[in-house]
Amino acid sequence: MNALDLARWQFAITTVYHFIFVPITIGSGFLVAGLQTAWYRTAKEKYFRATKFFGKLFLINFAIGVVTGIVQEFQFGMNWSSYSRFVGDIFGAPLAMEGLLAFFLESTFLGLWIFGWDRLSKKAHLATIWLAAIGTLLSAYFILAANAFMQHPVGYVFNPDTGRAELKSIVAVLTQTTAVSAFFHTIPSAFLTAGALFAGVAGWMVLKGRDPEVARPVMKTGLIVMIVAFLFVGLTGDWSARVMTKQQPMKMAAAEALYDTKANAPFSLFTIGTLDGSKSVFQIGLPSVLSFMSTGDVNGTVEGVNDLQKTYAEKYGEGNYTPNIPLAYWSFRLMIGFGGIAALFALLTLWYMRKGGLPRGKFFLRTMIALPFLPILGNSFGWIFTESARQPWVVFGLFKTADGVSPGVSAGSVLFTMITFTLLYGVLAVIEFGLMVRTIKVGTDMTPVQSGESKTLTMAY
Amino acid sequence: MSFNSVWFILIAVLWIGYFILEGFDFGVGILLKVVAKNQAERRAVLTTLGPLWDGNEVWLLVAGGATFAAFPEWYATLFSGFYLPLFLILVSLIVRGVAFEYRSKYGKAQWRNRWDNAIVVASFIPALLWGVAFANIVRGVPLEKSATGAIEYAGGFFNLLNPYALIGGLTTLSLFVTHGAFFLALKTEGDIRVRANAIGIKMGLVTAVLAVVFLGWTLAALTSKASVVTGSLIVVVSWLAALAANYKGREGWAFLFSAITTAFVVITLFFGLYPNVMPNITAGGPGLDIFNASSTQYTLKVMTVVAAVMTPLVLIYQGWTYWVFRKRINPNQIAKPESGVLDSLSA
Ligand code: HDD
Ligand code: HEM
Ligand code: HEM
Repeated sequence: MNALDLARWQFAITTVYHFIFVPITIGSGFLVAGLQTAWYRTAKEKYFRATKFFGKLFLINFAIGVVTGIVQEFQFGMNWSSYSRFVGDIFGAPLAMEGLLAFFLESTFLGLWIFGWDRLSKKAHLATIWLAAIGTLLSAYFILAANAFMQHPVGYVFNPDTGRAELKSIVAVLTQTTAVSAFFHTIPSAFLTAGALFAGVAGWMVLKGRDPEVARPVMKTGLIVMIVAFLFVGLTGDWSARVMTKQQPMKMAAAEALYDTKANAPFSLFTIGTLDGSKSVFQIGLPSVLSFMSTGDVNGTVEGVNDLQKTYAEKYGEGNYTPNIPLAYWSFRLMIGFGGIAALFALLTLWYMRKGGLPRGKFFLRTMIALPFLPILGNSFGWIFTESARQPWVVFGLFKTADGVSPGVSAGSVLFTMITFTLLYGVLAVIEFGLMVRTIKVGTDMTPVQSGESKTLTMAY
Repeated sequence: MSFNSVWFILIAVLWIGYFILEGFDFGVGILLKVVAKNQAERRAVLTTLGPLWDGNEVWLLVAGGATFAAFPEWYATLFSGFYLPLFLILVSLIVRGVAFEYRSKYGKAQWRNRWDNAIVVASFIPALLWGVAFANIVRGVPLEKSATGAIEYAGGFFNLLNPYALIGGLTTLSLFVTHGAFFLALKTEGDIRVRANAIGIKMGLVTAVLAVVFLGWTLAALTSKASVVTGSLIVVVSWLAALAANYKGREGWAFLFSAITTAFVVITLFFGLYPNVMPNITAGGPGLDIFNASSTQYTLKVMTVVAAVMTPLVLIYQGWTYWVFRKRINPNQIAKPESGVLDSLSA
């Protein structure tokens, strides 16, 4: 493998890993803030226990989100220096804004939240978790706007003298539809993920008969959050699909393995056989759904891979403009599939709970514990789809991935760092998972809320 | 003043913030096993950093992001060029952050001891390597124009380990250790405070020697601009003030002066650089300066507005955090120091 392939693998590994933790942080930040608000409003101890308990899980996860983010910030310079030179004028701005507006807010107020239980008034302390949660949203927005520029570059002009893209309108970059739709697709998926985590943990508590006062409301909240979030994910996914079809028709064609341009195109649910354009052995398809999804009209015409390849070759010069089709086809389905199964499961569980009961049955509750993994996988496949089906471009229509890699960094160096990061991340995953499981097993802390002065610190490292 | 100069200054400000803040973090981490002898003390020491370290680290992230935005050529050349040192720093920062959060979860001696060792090593490496990196930038590195016209680093890894840069690294290392000792003396009570104070005296003298060698070498061999001379003098004077204050047990002043010293080390190096950002070690060779490395005027203007609005706000709320956690920490405030929250399973 050459430095380019290795750099791509490294980027994919480190970013997908970062994004395992990101949605959990975003979603559970808000859910923990909600629990604490419930405690603040009602003064019921169960909400205090729930805040502390889920707060612990949130923080274990947050730590890994933070440290893996540091790698992301510098990776562009390390492995993608030509890319950084080409887009730096535009791409650096949202990244710097993310730091100034979001990371400072998140990290400072989370520090205040963790250690401030006995140093701040109840109200100020509650405000700190809300500010940290808002920080995660800001962070997501800026980074998604940067990513949206890669999907659909706007607000720039190419300068032939310097050979790079230059910013003309920051407003265009920050407010383009691609960024907005990605934000409103990604944030609900984060809530879907966190809702599943809360519900899954509550499922375990029910299974083991732990703290029913906490388990029940948390389970219900988690499930409702999941269902509402999934509705939004679907709506904005549909919106994203339309935006994408207009801006990157090849991506939609790849997602469907649609080789020939078609009107009334069906959406295939499942294919056995090859995806290389020859006949599939077996396929289930929903008639006209693809046309509707991409154009908003059941009779709409969807362009196929072959035609697009021809058009692009004329427009951008000879070359292969077709992404990895099986990867695009399956990652798109797995994104929807994993999220959809999670949402269905949530619906079913709520049905069981409709008369004030709780889901019963060992098998059912055990399955529920696996719930958080489904949206996590959905998120990963969503990104794998978005990024890999954009190839060969790193900035669509403007700059190829192959041109972006650092010329001065040897394949050996990239291989070395890739292996080290992968091993390190692997070890961290094992440790973090162990801590999460153990924290869940230890359970909520039943000692009553302390009042008045205490000689010891409420929170210490 | 041009926006290019404004951004040169702002990048310097970000590094100043970073070195002052994470500088003492590193020092505290390195000293962890030296100043703290039992679990209560270890945890007291780590708790002084608890609410602060992540916010401190963001200064680095913003310095990185801002360099990307304002001087993309610098960002690209620097981080692809100093590849392995940066990689080692990143690995250290990962391990350190996780170690802080996880080490006290269990009471088991082995678990804690491993994380403590990780904290010491992962604080040591960046404290040393940041100095090595900055000294190399000031000294100049081998650069060449690539086929696409970009100015790329052409030196390899071992080129970075020259004597001047190593002295630079040792200087930041010992400066941060001392700065961390002053911080601990200011933030703790009891034995830790006494030990930290004593370490401050010893390490302060070591730092003084190293800094004089490093700055003297800079002035003798690289640049003797009036601004660099002045900066070096301020470094020396404020360091002496810090040592004197520490000697007298005036911990707040000692910490303040070591912060000022840290700031002036950075300022002096940036004075030495200006208007370059990455000079070529071979005179006349292609190099990066604030003009050929920068973004367009429009981007610089946008970023100036953002920085002008946000930086004061950040300073206010970060300052407030330091105020909230201003009290000294005493090891006897740590409830059940030997046990971790995950030790016992309830019912
Ligand atoms: C949709 C959201 C999202 C996406 C696509 C990314 N991140 Fe992220 N990132 C976050 C959402 C987030 C967050 C929610 O703000 C995190 C997660 C855990 C955390 O602590 O904050 C975070 C943490 C985090 C940190 C540490 C901040 C700190 O110390 O507090 C850095 C430096 C980055 N990220 C940088 C990046 C870069 C350069 C990315 C692109 C390749 C990236 N992230 C993708
Ligand atoms: C805004 C944030 C992001 C930016 C700026 C970004 C940028 C990039 C860049 C520069 C590449 C390199 C080209 C390549 O490897 O092919 C890439 C590829 C990739 N990214 Fe992203 N990305 C972002 C977010 C994400 C996220 C959050 C994920 C997933 C969790 C992700 C998943 C991937 C994957 C899987 C690839 C490899 C695709 C391939 O090589 O075929 N990206 N992205
Ligand atoms: C319900 C139907 C869904 C549809 C129609 C849909 C559609 C899409 C489309 C078209 C994209 C690509 C956007 C682009 O490349 O510009 C995308 C990306 C993505 N999807 Fe989905 N999606 C659905 C469900 C889900 C679910 C359930 C999850 C999470 C569990 C999810 C998570 C993601 C993520 C994280 C991305 C990458 C970020 C982005 O580009 O917005 N999606 N989705």
